Amino acid sequence: MATINFGYTISKPRAIDMDRNNLRKSDEILREMPELQACIGCGSCTAVCTAGNLTSFNFRRVHTLIRRGEYQGAYEEMNKCMLCGKCRLVCPRGINTRGVAMLIKRKLGDNRS
Amino acid sequence: MMATMKRKSWSEYQKQIADDRYYYARSCIRQNFFPGSEKAFIDILRGDLGRDLLDDPKHSSCTGIGYHSDIVPLETIMTVVARQFAMMTEAGYENFVSSCITSFGVYTEVLATWHEFPETEERTREYLFKATGREFRKPASLAHTSDVMFHFREEIARKARHRLVNVQTGEPLRVVEHIGCHYAKIFPKSGIGGCEFPYVLAGMVESWGGECVDYPERRHCCGFGFRNYLVQANRGYSIANSHKKLESMAPYKPDFIVANCPGCAMFLDKWQYAIAEMEGTTYGENGRGIPVLTYEEMAGLVLGYDPWALGMQMHQVDVEPLLDKMGIEYDPAAKYLGRNGKYIGKPASAVVNACPPDAIYDIRE
Repeated sequence: MATINFGYTISKPRAIDMDRNNLRKSDEILREMPELQACIGCGSCTAVCTAGNLTSFNFRRVHTLIRRGEYQGAYEEMNKCMLCGKCRLVCPRGINTRGVAMLIKRKLGDNRS
Repeated sequence: MMATMKRKSWSEYQKQIADDRYYYARSCIRQNFFPGSEKAFIDILRGDLGRDLLDDPKHSSCTGIGYHSDIVPLETIMTVVARQFAMMTEAGYENFVSSCITSFGVYTEVLATWHEFPETEERTREYLFKATGREFRKPASLAHTSDVMFHFREEIARKARHRLVNVQTGEPLRVVEHIGCHYAKIFPKSGIGGCEFPYVLAGMVESWGGECVDYPERRHCCGFGFRNYLVQANRGYSIANSHKKLESMAPYKPDFIVANCPGCAMFLDKWQYAIAEMEGTTYGENGRGIPVLTYEEMAGLVLGYDPWALGMQMHQVDVEPLLDKMGIEYDPAAKYLGRNGKYIGKPASAVVNACPPDAIYDIRE
C-alpha cells in the first residue's frame, strides 16, 4: 500500500530480545568452553587488549553479545583479535580467553559458510 | 498470589483528596485535542455531583512544556506556579486541582523543592511580589483531576446510566488504562497506588463494571516526552514507544484505552493513525484502531452524556464501535455538527478507521 511520508520513521527497538534470538551457536560455544560462564564481565580483557588499544575492538562486548545471540558483525569484529593472549594473563577467573576468541571465530565462521 | 499482591499494594499509597471547593487549573493542549473533556469535568463536578469548582480565566499555562524542553528556567516556572497559587488564594480557595499531568508533576515538584530548600520559596515569593505585587498561600491539597474523579467513583457508579459492559455479551469491557509518567513516576507518594501499581484509573474502571488488561508493557511511557516529539526528525523515537505498547496490548484485544494524561491520550490515539498510514498495521477489531478515551469521557459516557457533546468526534480513531458495545444511542448525522448545529468539517478517511487501502489520499513526499 502507498504510505504517507511524515518526515520520520518508527525507530527500531535496540533492546536485546532473548526470546527471539537464536541461541544455538551461543549454546555450542558454552558447551565447548563452559568456563566462559564464570565470566564476571570485569573488562580486564578489554583493558589490556593490544587490538583494542589500536582499534575499536572490545572483546568483552563481543563475547557478551554472542552469548545473548547477537551475532551480526561479531565475526568481522573478532577478526581484529591478534591472538596475543594478554587477556588470558589478566583474567581474574582464569578463563582461557584466547581459546574463547578462537572458538568464536571458528563457530561464527561456520555460521557464515 | 501475585495478583492479590498487585491488587493490595496500591492501598499503601494513599493521599488526601479534598471533597469540595476546588480551584481548577486547565491544560494547554487538552483544549485543542480533547476540547470536551475539561467541560465534561466541570459539568460532572457541578451538575452531577453538586460540588463547588472555580474555573478561573485569570490563571495561565504552568509553562511545563517549556520547562521540560529546557526553554523555561526553574526560577521562572516557580514564579509562574506561585502566581497560580496567588490566584487561588485571592479567589478564597485552597484545594488546587490540575487538569494536566505535566502541570500536576510541575506543581508537585515545585512544592517538594520549596519544602526541601525553603530559601527557594523565599526567593520565589520575592520575585512574585516584585513582578506582580501578589502574595500566596500554598494549597492545602493538591490533586490531579483524575484523583478527584477517582474520589467520586462510587457516587458516579450509583448515578450510572451505562456501565462498562458489552451489552451484547454481558461481559465486562476490557480496558487498557494508561497512567501519565508525571503522575507518580516523579514522586510515587503523590499518586494513588504509587508508580508501580497506580490504581487511579483501574479503580474507576472496576467501579464502573469494566475489567483492566494487565499486559507486559502496561507501565511503559507513551513516548510523549516533550523533546522527543518537538523536533520532527526525533519523532521516530516517540512513535516507537507507542508502537511498543500497542504491539504488547493488541493480543489481549482491548475494547478501549483510557489515559489520564493529555499527551498520552493524544499520542496513543494519533500515533495509531500514523502507524496505520506508515505500515498498514491496526490494532483493534475488524482492521480498526483501538478507541482512546480520557477519563472524563469515560465518566461522561457512564453518566449518559451525549458522545458528541463530550467532543468524541475529535478523536482520530472512531469511537462508534465502542458506543455500540456499550449500548449508547447516538446520532451519526450529528457527529460533525458543532454546539450551535454548525458543520465543523469532516476528516479525510483513514486506514485506522478501516477505510479500504486503495482510498489513499494525497501522498506527501
